[in-house]
Amino acid sequence: MNDTRPAGVTSRFEIRIEGKTHFSADGTSLLAISDFVLDVKPESMTVLMGPSGCGKTTLLRIVAGLDDRYTGTVGIPADARIGLMFQEPRLLPWRTVRQNIELVAAPSFSEADLDRLAHAVGIADMLPRYPQELSLGLARRVALARAFATKPDLLLLDEPFVSLDERTADRLRRLLLNVWQERPTTAILVTHNAREAIQLADQLVLLAPRPTHVVAVETIKVPQAERDPKVIDAIHADLLERYPANFSAC
Amino acid sequence: MTAIDARDVAEQGTRSFNGPLVSVLSVAGFLLVWFVAAQLADSRLLPGPGAVLDYIYRETVHGDLLTELGITLWRVVASFVVAMVIGSVIGLAMGQMPGLNRALDPWLIVLLNLPALVIIILAYVWFGLNEAAAIGAVALNKIPNAIVTMREGARALDPGLDEMARAYRLSPLSKLRNVTLPQLQPYFAAASRTGLSLIWKIVLVVELLGRPNGVGFELHLNFQLFNVTAILGYTLAFVAVMLAIEYLLVQPIERHSTRWRNKPV
Repeated sequence: MNDTRPAGVTSRFEIRIEGKTHFSADGTSLLAISDFVLDVKPESMTVLMGPSGCGKTTLLRIVAGLDDRYTGTVGIPADARIGLMFQEPRLLPWRTVRQNIELVAAPSFSEADLDRLAHAVGIADMLPRYPQELSLGLARRVALARAFATKPDLLLLDEPFVSLDERTADRLRRLLLNVWQERPTTAILVTHNAREAIQLADQLVLLAPRPTHVVAVETIKVPQAERDPKVIDAIHADLLERYPANFSAC
Repeated sequence: MTAIDARDVAEQGTRSFNGPLVSVLSVAGFLLVWFVAAQLADSRLLPGPGAVLDYIYRETVHGDLLTELGITLWRVVASFVVAMVIGSVIGLAMGQMPGLNRALDPWLIVLLNLPALVIIILAYVWFGLNEAAAIGAVALNKIPNAIVTMREGARALDPGLDEMARAYRLSPLSKLRNVTLPQLQPYFAAASRTGLSLIWKIVLVVELLGRPNGVGFELHLNFQLFNVTAILGYTLAFVAVMLAIEYLLVQPIERHSTRWRNKPV
């Protein structure tokens, strides 16, 4: 998957959301996001971390182009290819695993690419199966493979490992890192899990709720491959000291 | 006997009564009752199964039975296609556009409750005793049912899969084929099922009132001659055709299109 991509498409993305208002069913309005500014560096993993219900998913939906009712600009070229992994797998139950992946795959995505990707995330035997035959963990792997099959310029991951047991989640995080390092992609991941954020992030963005805004941006210099539990503990302790409000709950 | 015992017994009962044998036994039982009743009545108003089968055979070989069946079947198919196409389009539009739904809903209720006979008579009076009026009248009787079912289908579309399709920039055609239509398939199947049975009953009425051929016309003719053997013969023959469609066409298609369902994890 070491293809050549047009220069510029994966360059810096600047996200600038001045305001996003939610309207509930009874007509009351709520300012969900205000003055959110973020520079996403190319081929890096940006992790947005904040408590549940602080508008992370809303933010990601705006970046993905699924929600245009906001004020501001999201500097993503219209022709940029996006890979999106939702909180739920959202696979088509009436299509096989192979068809689910091939449906969204980039035109240059070959049979060999599929083979390599399927082996990398451990679903090679599952290609002819239907999603209902898979466990949640396996379905998440398929969703991950699908997101990479688009050969994305921008990879968006919305709490992709939520509601999995810790061992499965950990294994999937490693798979994500493996596939991601094989083909470095500009990626934004949102999570409420501090250890997950520390394990994956190049750039860690701490969010505060109501309205969602950036508290701080931390750069983690240790390469992801070297972040064993001890390193993660050390980084966590350091961050806890400096941002007790953001890390004490986790 | 405890509740659990009772359920065990019931389950064993269903297990031993599974398979096609039950259907065969059920049909054989009906034929037996019919045969005995005909023997006891000993009247030309209730011919036995033998006489009716003999009539079907003779009319098939020497008479017009196959032609009449074919004509009626063509009217059923034509009305079905017209009703399902128009009903699906309007139903999907109403399911996705609340404004349109509010505008058309009163007329939908009127059409649902308008007796089939009224529509048929008006169609013949206004458009003449012709094929188009007949098929149009039958279709108009079915369209409101198709609309109601497909509207529910459109309302039940999964917004999560819709977002997935948008995020991955699927083309409108690809989205329709891979995301939307498979979700509507069960509703379409339900509408087709009830549609076929409703339509063939109404087609007979339409033929009886204003066509010079078809099963309905033959029934009308034989009713005037008090020929019950012929009435039962035509009815049985057409029921056999509808059964064949159900078992040889509808059910295999349904099995094929729902093969992804009910797979254990």
